[in-house]
Amino acid sequence: MSNKVIHVLYNDDDILMDAVKQTRAAHHHIEEVYTPFPVHGLDKAMGLAPTRIAIASFLYGLVGLSVATAMVRYMMIVDWPQDIGGKPSFSFIENMPAFVPVMFELTVFFAAHLMVITFYLRSKLWPFKEAENPDVRTTDDHFLMEVAAHGDVDQLVSFFENTGAVEVKVIEKH
Amino acid sequence: MYTFSSKLKVFSFVLIVLGILGIGYSFLTAPKTIEDVEKILNEEAAHGHGGHHAEASHHDAEFTAHGPAAEESHEGHVEKAHGHEATADAHHAEAAHDHDEHHAHLEHVLHQLKNKPWAALYVPALFFMLISLGVLAFYAIQNAAQAGWSPVLFRVMEGISAYLVPGAVIVFLLLVAGVLDLHHIFIWMDEEVVKGDHLIQGKSGYLNGTFFLIRAAVFMGGWILYRQYARKKSIAQDEATDNLNFKKHFKASAGFLVFFIITESIMSWDWIMSVDPHWFSTLFGWYVFASFIVSAVTVIAMVTLYLKSKGYLEYVNNSHIHDLAKFMFGFSIFWTYLWFSQFMLIWYADIPEEITYFVTRIEEYNLPFFGMVVMNFVFPLLILVNSDFKRLSWVVVMAGIVILCGHYLDFFNMIMPAVVGDRWFIGIGEIGSVLFFLGLFILVVFTALTKAPLLAKRNPLVEESKHFHY
Repeated sequence: MSNKVIHVLYNDDDILMDAVKQTRAAHHHIEEVYTPFPVHGLDKAMGLAPTRIAIASFLYGLVGLSVATAMVRYMMIVDWPQDIGGKPSFSFIENMPAFVPVMFELTVFFAAHLMVITFYLRSKLWPFKEAENPDVRTTDDHFLMEVAAHGDVDQLVSFFENTGAVEVKVIEKH
Repeated sequence: MYTFSSKLKVFSFVLIVLGILGIGYSFLTAPKTIEDVEKILNEEAAHGHGGHHAEASHHDAEFTAHGPAAEESHEGHVEKAHGHEATADAHHAEAAHDHDEHHAHLEHVLHQLKNKPWAALYVPALFFMLISLGVLAFYAIQNAAQAGWSPVLFRVMEGISAYLVPGAVIVFLLLVAGVLDLHHIFIWMDEEVVKGDHLIQGKSGYLNGTFFLIRAAVFMGGWILYRQYARKKSIAQDEATDNLNFKKHFKASAGFLVFFIITESIMSWDWIMSVDPHWFSTLFGWYVFASFIVSAVTVIAMVTLYLKSKGYLEYVNNSHIHDLAKFMFGFSIFWTYLWFSQFMLIWYADIPEEITYFVTRIEEYNLPFFGMVVMNFVFPLLILVNSDFKRLSWVVVMAGIVILCGHYLDFFNMIMPAVVGDRWFIGIGEIGSVLFFLGLFILVVFTALTKAPLLAKRNPLVEESKHFHY
């Protein structure tokens, strides 16, 4: 049996938001929404779980801090504790202020870059990735809501036509 | 309209009375003569603690051995009979001058102990006044930036800034007391010291009593003038039919901010940096600013949460609190950045004339000096980094209490080492002074809050602020 979805197109983000709320209230499953720009509050209206990328970033920052601390401690204190311009290299804490810029920058470096890479991995973005765009207009000025079609398709189509849609299409998905 | 709850009023009176008792006690128990000091030192020696004072005659020699650090401390403690000759002598002929040295040491300790109650009073006087000045600066920034989130908090900020008037008067009186030679927080005011000190002589064109008081009067006058004008325009706007008051207020805020940043810098040199007249730091003004602006935002958040919990701030939601907490977080980091920049640059170059400042602090104030970094940086960093936590009242209040204590310690660390040296202690005098100013602050602020409705009605941005959501 083929898998049918309904593509509902809107040309205004306010109408889209209302439609999303109506669709959720009617217990139709929203597969995806395509918009040309971020629509504030759309994730909440769709009931999407909040992102945990900030937590990941915090942890990456801790990794960066550890790497930096271990690195400068090993290089400057353990491996070859030279007297460089009278800086006290007897223990880590004695010479710590000089290491803080490195520790800070590496914390930020790890937190930022690993978070971005995490974002790419989780969103499945990479160069030469094939675009998953169902309708070219959604990158310009149209909003598209994709809803799974089960049961009476005609009734569903008329439901979405009443939500302010400019176009409703039934698509066969393979 | 807000009504000052009788419980809080009684609480503030209790704080004031307790504070006065503590301040009075510390002044009465401060030693007056050298004999008193001798007795105190003997007692300390007998009890076995205060080991660094037991060997009185070695003490000065030790100081000398530290080189420039010693000089700084010497001048920092009102040494009249204790000029450069005495220091040099101590270095060469310890034994021969044992008696003289002992006497000089006693006098040194006497001056420190005499200064202690004054410094205990000066630190919180300055701290609370700067908090209300910080609130005023924050208020002016919100106005000049036409912030859309904060107008529902304007009356709270205006209420807190009301403390600026009595607070500035008290600080001014303390400065006048210094010029009148009643206390020796500012060593450069002592003519005997200046006579033997070429460095202070070179600065006397700037650091002299008359000019010092004129500057203080102009700065405080300017701040109070803006505060009163802004308050008047803000209340007038409530009943106005056009936005003329708002526009005048906007222009005044922009002008005030220019005046503020110049006077704030000079204020920090005058009232704080000049307690160590041999030491200087270029980013000191910003550092002091960061310290009191974060305290100010914290106080705004705490007063807002108190009023909200009593049901007086209808339109304040947890997004407003979230924004305030973000400012607390951001300014805490900003303070740390400046603290570390000042510390690290001086530590790294290790130039004797600069490093003494941190040598005395690390050797004699180790726990308060590094403790405040934990309280002002590590704690808020780990607590307020979380977006959900910033919306919880109890988290914000708890972080706020730690931040305020931390920044009191910051001011303590700026003033005390120069004034009382290793004789510091957070005892009855210090706590009493804090309680006194806390009580006065609560009394003045909450009285001012009863004087006007807690919502700025016709502020052009207040609608947006009522619906602010983040």
